[in-house]
Amino acid sequence: MPCTVSMTVNGKAVSREVEERTLLVTFLRDHLGMTGTHVGCDTSQCGACVVHVDGRSVKSCTILAAQADGAEITTIEGLAAADGTLHPMQAAFREHHGLQCGFCTPGMVMSAIDLVKDNPTPTEQDVREGLEGNICRCTGYHNIVKAVLAGAEAMNGGSVKAAAE
Amino acid sequence: MANPNGIGASVRRREDARFLTGRGTYTDDISRPNQTHAVFVRSPYAHARIRGIDAGEAMTAPGVVAVLTGADMEADKVGSLPCGWQIHSKDGSPMKEPPHFPIARDRARYVGDAVAVVIAETREQARDAAELVMVDYEELPAAVTSVKALDGTAPLVHDDVAGNLCFDWHLGDAAAVDAAFAQAAHVAKLDLVNQRLIPNAMEPRAAVGEYDRATGEHTLTTTSQNPHVIRLLMGAFVLGIPEHKLRVVAPDVGGGFGSKIFHYGEEAVVTWAARKVGRPVKWTAERSESFLTDAHGRDHVSHAELALDKDGNFLALRVATIANMGAYLSTFAPSIPTYLYATLLAGQYKTPAIYAEVKAVFTNTAPVDAYRGAGRPEACYLIERLVEVAAAETGIDKAELRRRNFVPASAMPYQTPVALQYDTGDFAKNLDIALPMVDYAGFAARKAESARRGKLRGIGFATYIEACGIAPSNVAGALGARAGLYESAEVRFHPTGSVTVFTGSHSHGQGHETTFAQLVAERFGVPIENVEIVHGDTSKIPFGMGTYGSRSLAVGGSAIVKAMDKVERKAKKIAAHMLEAAETDIEVKDGRFVVAGTDKALSIGDIALQAYVPHNFPLDELEPGLDEQAFYDPKNFTYPNGCHVCEVEIDPETGVVEVVNFAAVDDFGRVINPLIVEGQVHGGLVQGIGQALYENCVYDEESGQLITGSYMDYCMPRADDVPSFAVQYHEDQPCTHNPLGVKGCGEAGTIGASAAVMNAVVHALSDLGVTHMDMPATPERVWQVIQRHSHAQAAE
Repeated sequence: MPCTVSMTVNGKAVSREVEERTLLVTFLRDHLGMTGTHVGCDTSQCGACVVHVDGRSVKSCTILAAQADGAEITTIEGLAAADGTLHPMQAAFREHHGLQCGFCTPGMVMSAIDLVKDNPTPTEQDVREGLEGNICRCTGYHNIVKAVLAGAEAMNGGSVKAAAE
Repeated sequence: MANPNGIGASVRRREDARFLTGRGTYTDDISRPNQTHAVFVRSPYAHARIRGIDAGEAMTAPGVVAVLTGADMEADKVGSLPCGWQIHSKDGSPMKEPPHFPIARDRARYVGDAVAVVIAETREQARDAAELVMVDYEELPAAVTSVKALDGTAPLVHDDVAGNLCFDWHLGDAAAVDAAFAQAAHVAKLDLVNQRLIPNAMEPRAAVGEYDRATGEHTLTTTSQNPHVIRLLMGAFVLGIPEHKLRVVAPDVGGGFGSKIFHYGEEAVVTWAARKVGRPVKWTAERSESFLTDAHGRDHVSHAELALDKDGNFLALRVATIANMGAYLSTFAPSIPTYLYATLLAGQYKTPAIYAEVKAVFTNTAPVDAYRGAGRPEACYLIERLVEVAAAETGIDKAELRRRNFVPASAMPYQTPVALQYDTGDFAKNLDIALPMVDYAGFAARKAESARRGKLRGIGFATYIEACGIAPSNVAGALGARAGLYESAEVRFHPTGSVTVFTGSHSHGQGHETTFAQLVAERFGVPIENVEIVHGDTSKIPFGMGTYGSRSLAVGGSAIVKAMDKVERKAKKIAAHMLEAAETDIEVKDGRFVVAGTDKALSIGDIALQAYVPHNFPLDELEPGLDEQAFYDPKNFTYPNGCHVCEVEIDPETGVVEVVNFAAVDDFGRVINPLIVEGQVHGGLVQGIGQALYENCVYDEESGQLITGSYMDYCMPRADDVPSFAVQYHEDQPCTHNPLGVKGCGEAGTIGASAAVMNAVVHALSDLGVTHMDMPATPERVWQVIQRHSHAQAAE
């Protein structure tokens, strides 16, 4: 049975008729053409699909689009400012080489931002435990952890510190 | 450094801008107008005869466009997926090479083997209809593990491959090894398993096939590390499409680690089906499908013996390995346990005699091929575990035993007894740098401190060397490669001085768009933002062999250097003409073309403009334009090497192993971008630690079902499973035979880490009498080992 779902995605109201079984990630990718959010697994383990639903990080492969009806969704495409200025967490990932192939990156960045919202001054161990639901196969996490720590500082009003050469 | 974005600068990656904002274009992000979706029907049995396929009900399901089978492909004369490397057995006979059809025809040979494909309007409709395809299977007994498959009584995976033996190969001098063993004061022996792994690039494989009726041109967009290789293999051997009518594009690719080198059946199916149904056909693997059907890695069972004299000098090494090939030969499968494995068994040591025998065996499991390191981690693990056993048995300190047997830097170039000639390397220096990084001298105190807390502590080394920069084509050809292994590049200056570089290498996380641009910025003083690196499209790039074996910079980068040499030669001639000087008087300084001893100079931009607007140009000598192409075929392999040291603490109550310190010292030759190189090392280390502590591909030994078929069952290292790393490199042993002096850094971490971690684990357990345990050292397995040995000690 088709159903109509409406939500706000990155500040823009959208409405589509979809099959009831449509996952939020499928809605974003296939129905809205917003392919920044990725699908890396089919068991809700990898975290490549993390978006913010009403400000909280959610694995968008794990909820139906219909469950997000009426919600405010933020995806990786909606993080940077209109003039292209990166979100401090995005800037920190770039500065600290916190990404390689880029596939896990959208989910990693979205999870990291929510982590810092909950815990504005995380320790390295906090970051490692907080990202337990996001798998990266490229970076070995070393630079992701550095990036999230730097991003946290920047989100608290600092600037993204340059990586040590 | 003249250019802030030149060689040696940690330039922040240019590709990150799109990846961080969700604007990357991965294959599954691509949707073509009017496209259809493919879902494969896959065998639920490890081994089964296909008696019939009834697609009647599926064909009537909503949205279904077609259901196609192996019989349809056979009717269209679709060929077998070719193998790119031929090995000969000891007796001179060629390896057994049974056909590997994109869709199975009469028998399914592993769980996940494709038996039909459903093409429908939407992915969901295709998935629904796939469940309605009725396949009449006659289940057959399966050969699952390599050792059992060889035992003479096992079911045959292929009727015409006796004993499931693909080849029985050897390398080295058996007689010399036997003679050395006869003289040995001590022989260290070890049986070990290098377990099967599933590569797990985060982007699942995907492919989109298109056919243009107007031009007769096929296009395949695919998650590949080497689109030209796919074009050659699929076009020439599988579908019979000539290169000029087949375009293969590998856009942004979300990691490969080897698993996206190979030509997979799905690529051929979507390309073939797109023409058949007259519409684009898109397929994206679900992760469960990736687990079942991506080529797996490793899966060696080995026995090794090391002969030493009374002073601990290595006299000879003898190795026998059984390598699992899976159900069919994947593209480069036969080369991995042979020329990328046994040739590395000298390691960093001057062992004078080595003999290795390798039996490759077919089983009813997914094909096995290159996975990050590909043969070299297996070699390193075997040697470094064996050296550690020898150290323990002889009582010689493990660092000292290694140092005593290193090939000295003064012996370079060094010819090993297993075919390779190392060009450079200072192995003792790596060790000297590493020891203080981990405070080796202070280990005993730390161990005592751990013991006070009821914990076990161990420290382990791995000194590795790998053969990268694959490969001199004539050497590879003599060893069985059915392709050349050069790389191509084109450097195209545009009229206003910006540059496009076309490279046959492919980036799927390695940062080529940054590193390669640094080469151009350094050479010609061009702002890095004016340099575009183009890769991954056979319609744009002259040719390419792709990215694997840590070869991109050593081979692909060298091709760019050669093309830049040609640009410079032509630019000098143009500059000489414009400046009214002799060509021999033109010098290139900081990217400017200067008349020696004068202040007369031109930038490359000035020269490029004249080349395309040739009003003042030596038209009688030179053609207009500034666009040069080069192919580079390496003269030798490159030999990255290093020393990894790992320290672990084990909780005997739980068996949990914690990596408390890890130091990696690497010699990659010259380093272009330190930030990217260190990132490659970090990622490699965690894949190596993953093998040592977490990852294990398990098939049920009777049914051949994949037990570890999801992230809930196959343990990928997470952020809280691994530490941060101390990483150092030195650049004073540059490669001597490529123009950049680079060796390659992509696989090193994975090659060294598993051995270092396991040596540390065994060392931590050694007080209990443990001398070896196989990977992965999961809490349960470590706990079992501790229990067994504690009881044994208690009983004594």
